[in-house]
Amino acid sequence: MSLDREQKEGSEVLLMGNEAIARGALEAGVRVAAGYPGTPSSEIIETLSRFSEAGKLYVEWSTNEKVAMEVAAAASFAGLRSLCVMKQNGVNVASDFLLHLTGSGTRGGMILITCDDPGALSSVNEGESRHFARLMEIPLLEPADFREAKEMTRWAFDLSEAIRNVVMVRSVTRMSHASGNVVLGALPAAGGKAQFRCDGPVSDPDRGPMISTPVIAKHRLQQEKLRKAAALFEDSPFNTYEGPETPELLIITSSVCTLYSREALSLLRAEGRAAILKLGTTWPLPPALLKKHLRGAEKVLIVEEVLPFLEDQVKILAAEQAREIGIKTFYGKNDGTLPMVGELNPDLVAAAVGRILGIVSPAIPAEYREKLQSLTAFVPKREQTFCPGCPHRASFWGIREALQRDSRGGFVCGDIGCYAMASLFPAAGFHTAKTLHSMGSGTGIASGFGKLGPFGMEQPVLAVCGDSTFYHAAIPALINAVHQNADITFIALDNSGTAMTGFQPHPGLDVNAMGEVSPKVDIAAICGAIGAPVVTGDPFALIETRETLNRLLEEPGVKVLILKQSCALSPENKEKKRFLVRVDEALCRGEACGCNRICTRIFRCPGLLWNRERKKAEIDEVICAGCGFCAGICPAGAIRNEEAANS
Amino acid sequence: MRETLAKDPYNIVITGVGGQGNVMASRVLSNMLVRKGFRVTIGETFGMSQRGGSVMSHIRVSPTAVWSPQIPKGMADLIVALEPIEAIRVLLDYGNPSVRVLVNLRAIYPVGVITGEDEYPSEGTIRDAVAALAAEARFLAATEEAIRLGNPILGNIVMIGAVASLGVLSIDRKLFEAVIRDGMPAALVEANLRAFAIGQAAVA
Repeated sequence: MSLDREQKEGSEVLLMGNEAIARGALEAGVRVAAGYPGTPSSEIIETLSRFSEAGKLYVEWSTNEKVAMEVAAAASFAGLRSLCVMKQNGVNVASDFLLHLTGSGTRGGMILITCDDPGALSSVNEGESRHFARLMEIPLLEPADFREAKEMTRWAFDLSEAIRNVVMVRSVTRMSHASGNVVLGALPAAGGKAQFRCDGPVSDPDRGPMISTPVIAKHRLQQEKLRKAAALFEDSPFNTYEGPETPELLIITSSVCTLYSREALSLLRAEGRAAILKLGTTWPLPPALLKKHLRGAEKVLIVEEVLPFLEDQVKILAAEQAREIGIKTFYGKNDGTLPMVGELNPDLVAAAVGRILGIVSPAIPAEYREKLQSLTAFVPKREQTFCPGCPHRASFWGIREALQRDSRGGFVCGDIGCYAMASLFPAAGFHTAKTLHSMGSGTGIASGFGKLGPFGMEQPVLAVCGDSTFYHAAIPALINAVHQNADITFIALDNSGTAMTGFQPHPGLDVNAMGEVSPKVDIAAICGAIGAPVVTGDPFALIETRETLNRLLEEPGVKVLILKQSCALSPENKEKKRFLVRVDEALCRGEACGCNRICTRIFRCPGLLWNRERKKAEIDEVICAGCGFCAGICPAGAIRNEEAANS
Repeated sequence: MRETLAKDPYNIVITGVGGQGNVMASRVLSNMLVRKGFRVTIGETFGMSQRGGSVMSHIRVSPTAVWSPQIPKGMADLIVALEPIEAIRVLLDYGNPSVRVLVNLRAIYPVGVITGEDEYPSEGTIRDAVAALAAEARFLAATEEAIRLGNPILGNIVMIGAVASLGVLSIDRKLFEAVIRDGMPAALVEANLRAFAIGQAAVA
C-alpha cells in the first residue's frame, strides 16, 4: 500500500507527501539520508530505509537533528548526494551547524527537508522553519502538491550542485501526511565513489578544506550563490500563474495553500475575477517574475502558513519596484485578512477572498443548520489520553503516589514524547507534570530548579525523559545537573523505542534504521558514568516504584530512576495480553466504597469503564491491553488478574 | 479508463478513533479509486490523535484535478464512521442535506464518559440524529462482525465493503482483492476478503 521496490517506472500510484519526497530523492540518486523522528516528517526516512542497501543508499536515524545534518554534510563533502530531514523545531537544533555549513558550502547535492506543523497538530510549537532560509541565506522550495513534492525534491539536488550550497525544501503537515497520485520516474543506477578531496587551498571549492573561513570572502561567495539561485528561479516551472492577465485580485501563494486558494475560488465561482501566482521558489523571490504579475493587479492577497514570510518579501519587492508597478493594496496576515496563527483551510481562504471581492460564500440551508445546532450539546468531547496498557500511565501513577506521600509539593518537569501528554492534559499525568518545552529541556529546567534550595525552595524536583529524548538532548543537561550538584530525581521512561512517532530505532536498541544489528548504548551505564546513582525498575510494579521514589526524593544531588517497560503498541506487545483482567462484582463496592471511583474517575484508562446503570467498574475486553496494573490500585481488590494464555 | 462521478470532486470522510484502522481504510478505498483512474487526495491527521483521539481522513475524488486535503465545511458527500459519536461530530462540520452516512454502531467511550463526567448518547438517539441529518443513513454492527472473524480491527474493512454496496463509487470485490493482494501479507488476505463481503451483504 506504500512506496516499495516492486512498483515500476511510469506507474501512477497513491503516495503520501512524505513518500513522494522520498521518491524524488531516490530518483535524484540520493546516497546518504539522515534524520531524527518528528511528526510530520518521520515517513521520509522510514520510506528511504526500505530502499537502503550497503554501498548504494545509507540511511540512519541520528541521535538528533544537528548530528543528522552533519552526517549528511560529510557525504556531500565526499561528493555524494545527501539529505537530512527534520520537523520544524529540529531546524533550531541543527541551526548552529547550518550557519557554518552554509559558509563552507557543499559538494555533492545536499538538501535539508523540513516538515512544518501549522496549527501544531502534532507539536507543542508553531515554529516557522522558512525564516531559517533567509537567516542562513540559502534557497527555499515549497511543493504545492504530491507530484511536485517528488519533482521538486529531485530538482533540489541539481540546484544544490549548481550553487554548491545546501537547499531547503519545506513541507507542511497537510502535504507530508496527505496523499495523492504520483507518476513514478526512473531510479538511476548508484554510481560514484566517496572521496573527500582536501589537499587544495582554502579557496578551491573542489579540493580545499571544508571550512567557513575566511568569513568575509566565504560570506560574499554565499551571497553570490543565492543571487544565482534567484536568477534560476525566474523561469522555474515550479512558479505558475493561472487566471486573467489583469485580475481584480492577485493571490500570491505557495505550498498546500495553493490548493486552498484554488478551492476558495472554485467555491466562490471567482476564477474569472481572481488569479493565482503560485510560487514554488519562495526564497529568494525572483524579482522579474513578481514584477510582471504585480503589474497587472491592484489588489494582492498573500495566502501562506503560519507567519507573513512571503507577504513581507513580496512587500519589499513591491516597494522597490513601486515606480514601475504602481501602488498596491495588500491583504494577508499583517492586516488581519487571514489569521496570524493556526493552519489555513479552504473556508478561511474563501472567506478572505469573499470579503475582498464582495462575494458571499454559498451556505447550508438554515433549517439544516438549526438541526445541527440542536445536536452539538450531546457530543461528548474526546480527550487524548495514554493508550490502554501504556507504561507511562503506570509511571505517572507511581510518581503521583510518591509525591502525595512526600507532601512537600514536588512536581515533574515534563519533556517531549507521548509522556508530554502528562503536561498537556493534567488529568492524564495525574496533575504531576508542570513544565513542557523542547527536547531534553525538562532535565535542564530541573537542573536549574535543583539549585534553588538556598533561595528557600523546598519542593522536590523531578524530571521525566523518554529513551529517545535522553540520547537526543538530555545528556548534556544531566551532566550539568551532576556537575553543579543540583538536587533532582531524574526518571527515564524507557519504553524501548521512539514510540510517539512510530517506533523508530534509537541508540538504546540493537538495530538501526537499515535493520542491521547495531551496538546498544545503555542509558544506565551512561548515567552511572556521569556519576549519578542509578536504580532500574518496572513501572507496572507500583509499590516498588513508589517506595524507591520516596527514598530518592529524600536524598540530595542527582538520582536516576530508570522505569523500563516496552510501549503497549510496540510490535512485540500489540494484540498480546499479559493478563485477562476482570472486575469481581461481588467485591466492587461501587459508589459505597469510599474510593470515589478512583479506578475510573482518576486512573482514566480507556479499558476500565464505569457502568452507570450497575454503578460498578467493568473491563472493556476489546480495549483492555491486559497490563494488569489497575488490579493494584483498587482498594477493595475487586480488579482481578488471571494469567492470559497467549502471554 | 476513467469513470464518471456523481460530483467533482466527490468528498468522503472516514472517521473513527485512533487505533480503529481509519488510515488503513482510507488507503484501501483510495487505492481502489486510483486504479479506477481517478485523481485522489487524502488528507489525514495522525500523530497525537493516534492516542485515543478522534481521527478523520478526508478523501477527494476527481476525474481530473488535485483537490485540497481538507474538505470545505458542509461539503461531505459520504461519511463513513467507524464509531457512532464520531459520525455526529463530522456531520456537525461537514454535513449537508444530501450527505450519505454509514455508521458502525460499536461505541468507544471517550475518557470523560469512562470517568462518568460526560454522558454517551443512547444508540437510539444517535440513530435518530444521523437519520435526521442524512439523505441516506445505514447502521452496521461492523466490530461485532469483525470479532466473529477473529479481529475487531477488521471492522474498518467491513465498512469499506458497505461503501461498495452503496453503488455511488463503482468499486467491487475484485478491485478490493487486487488492492489488498498488493499491499498486505498473504496470510491476512482471506480474512479481509470475508470482512469486505460481510460489509457488502449488510448494506445490499
